[in-house]
Amino acid sequence: MSQPPAVPRERDVDVERGDVERGDVERGDERPAATGIIFAGIAERAQQVIARYPQPRSALLPLLHLVQHVEGHVSRAGIAYCAELLDLTTTEVSAVVTFYSMYKRKPCGEHLVSVCTNTMCAMLGGDAIYATLRRHLGSAARPLDHEETAGEPGAPGSITLEHAECLAACDLAPVLQVNYEFYDKQTPEAAVELVTALRRGERPHPSRGAPLTDFRTTALLLAGFFDDPALDHPTAVAGPSASDETLAGARLAERNGWAPPTMPEHVPLPDLPEDKR
Amino acid sequence: MTSPLTPVLTRRWLSPRSWSIETYEQFEGYSALRTALAADPGQLIQLVKDSGLRGRGGAGFPTGMKWGFIPQGAEGPGAKPKYLVINADEGEPGTCKDIPLMMADPHSLIEGSIITSYAIRANFCAIYVRGEVVHCIRRLHQAVREAYQRGYLGKDILGSGFDLDIVVHAGAGAYICGEETALLDSLEGLRGQPRLKPPFPATSGLYAAPTVVNNVETIATVPSIVAGGAEWFRKMGTEKSPGPKIYSVSGHVERPGQYEAPLGITLRELLERCGGMKDGVPLKFWTPGGSSTPLLTAEHLDVPLDFEGAVAAGTILGTTAIMVFNETVSVPWAVMKWTQFYDHESCGKCTPCREGCFWLAQILERMVEGRGSESDVDTMLDICDNILGRSFCALGDGAVSPIASGIKYFRQEFLELCTSHQGSGQPGGAQPTPAMAGAR
Repeated sequence: MSQPPAVPRERDVDVERGDVERGDVERGDERPAATGIIFAGIAERAQQVIARYPQPRSALLPLLHLVQHVEGHVSRAGIAYCAELLDLTTTEVSAVVTFYSMYKRKPCGEHLVSVCTNTMCAMLGGDAIYATLRRHLGSAARPLDHEETAGEPGAPGSITLEHAECLAACDLAPVLQVNYEFYDKQTPEAAVELVTALRRGERPHPSRGAPLTDFRTTALLLAGFFDDPALDHPTAVAGPSASDETLAGARLAERNGWAPPTMPEHVPLPDLPEDKR
Repeated sequence: MTSPLTPVLTRRWLSPRSWSIETYEQFEGYSALRTALAADPGQLIQLVKDSGLRGRGGAGFPTGMKWGFIPQGAEGPGAKPKYLVINADEGEPGTCKDIPLMMADPHSLIEGSIITSYAIRANFCAIYVRGEVVHCIRRLHQAVREAYQRGYLGKDILGSGFDLDIVVHAGAGAYICGEETALLDSLEGLRGQPRLKPPFPATSGLYAAPTVVNNVETIATVPSIVAGGAEWFRKMGTEKSPGPKIYSVSGHVERPGQYEAPLGITLRELLERCGGMKDGVPLKFWTPGGSSTPLLTAEHLDVPLDFEGAVAAGTILGTTAIMVFNETVSVPWAVMKWTQFYDHESCGKCTPCREGCFWLAQILERMVEGRGSESDVDTMLDICDNILGRSFCALGDGAVSPIASGIKYFRQEFLELCTSHQGSGQPGGAQPTPAMAGAR
């Protein structure tokens, strides 16, 4: 393979070559010198991430979210950048990247649409939603595959489609997510309407969550940065979260006057056990 | 006699901006922290022991005992830094309690984390939350920021001399990271694969230092215990499983959702709260606490849903994620879907789980397509036998649960999918796909 590793280190060459042979990564988009330029905009943030933890390597997952924010996927350059920051080999970083499903190895669409197809959602319509979206975003003859993109990756209106495992919203099944914001109680028709709007450049508001942004912006949040003024954090944080299902028990209890036992006025703490004094 | 529902964790959820620090403080928020900081850390551990609080993440381990395992003292292992890690990697199929809790009332988790850190003498706490729930992460970040602004976090908290930093750490999509040692590896920047135990996290956890790993709901319960005391807490639930618990009901019921009730409530009672089975279609099977807990049937409506009651009925309480399936649903189909999940999420570290889940999924897919053979059921049970108790962590055991229990209660339905039983004009025997009853 002709592509040199982004940061040349002899011991990494095999794995890097493996990456290229698997076709996971585009070729020719990174030169060693380019790594610094590509990620110059996040250099300060990268240091802030590392400073959060007692040991630097704990920063690896958020750093990978951060490089995904820059490129819309985790490229070889992104891997090399993280390796350099944490004094790891690119092999070590690649091993981590390939373990986690949220790190995308190919450029993603403007939006990532994840359809839960675990048992509960599947039963209540999730399988049908996924099958419908595959055909709608691809074609009947050639439905979109898992993690395939409709449109030019990164271009406005482009959508990467995936099926997801349980998204922890089973009482609101079937759910799907756009950029990890929840669209609850979906139907195939509603899902088609949603992706059609996304393709047109519209951003329908999630059922629970903040006003929709895009996949790359979400990656910045996952890296732990909510301070971008363009994101209007106060509005975002106030985005709806309490569905009827979430509140079902609390409302029922309120209507019926059901409550836990009253707490006593003053509660003495227990004495220390003898051996602890 | 306690109420049919006991909103303790969910009591603020109906308030406007329930997630804000203003609302939290209106409802006595952070007053338990003041009580705690005035106490000796050992008293808090004793209080939680006395309360009988058991872990809400699935295993039900006594929380106070776990805290008590952390070595203390100026020398030896107690001299190492100590850590609190919150397991917010909710992803067990059916489980949907921690994410709504953190969205609706993140400060209960933050206050509980500060009290717990003080009790175990930790100065660093990480909340490991799954990455796919960005709104939940946003609310947690906001709550942590507000807590710093109010002086509940940082240096010399409320003048106590106690320092604590909390970091909200987003995962990256791996169910296995809900296993506590895999979570620790992931938090250290590695692939999330479980560690050999012992040593346990209490002595050798994050960065090989003493670490408590607790579930969100467990820690969010702590401020209420400090405020109300052990005796108050024990007025709810049962002798060995005290306290309130969030039951997440999903599936074929009229009003799915979150219902906080005393531990020991039955499915019959929960169904009453949820308005009964959807459209009156009878119950066929259900899980008491996620897909890793063996299935139960309509015979088990009166099983007390506490740790002991579940075990006595041949299952485990798990996360109290009640998934309800009516009689239109094919058991082999549901079991196949769960098995595909375990196959996908097996971390690959140990052979029984990695290979076993792979082959179980293959067999089930073939059966559901109507190409099963009569020996498939026995083959599956044989594979299950080689996974259960022989895997590195509980994921393998969990993968076995739906299959073994599905066959135990619905063997005939599996057999009917087998080739030799075909020819009765009903290809594949039972319906290969579930009815869409309940689809909205």
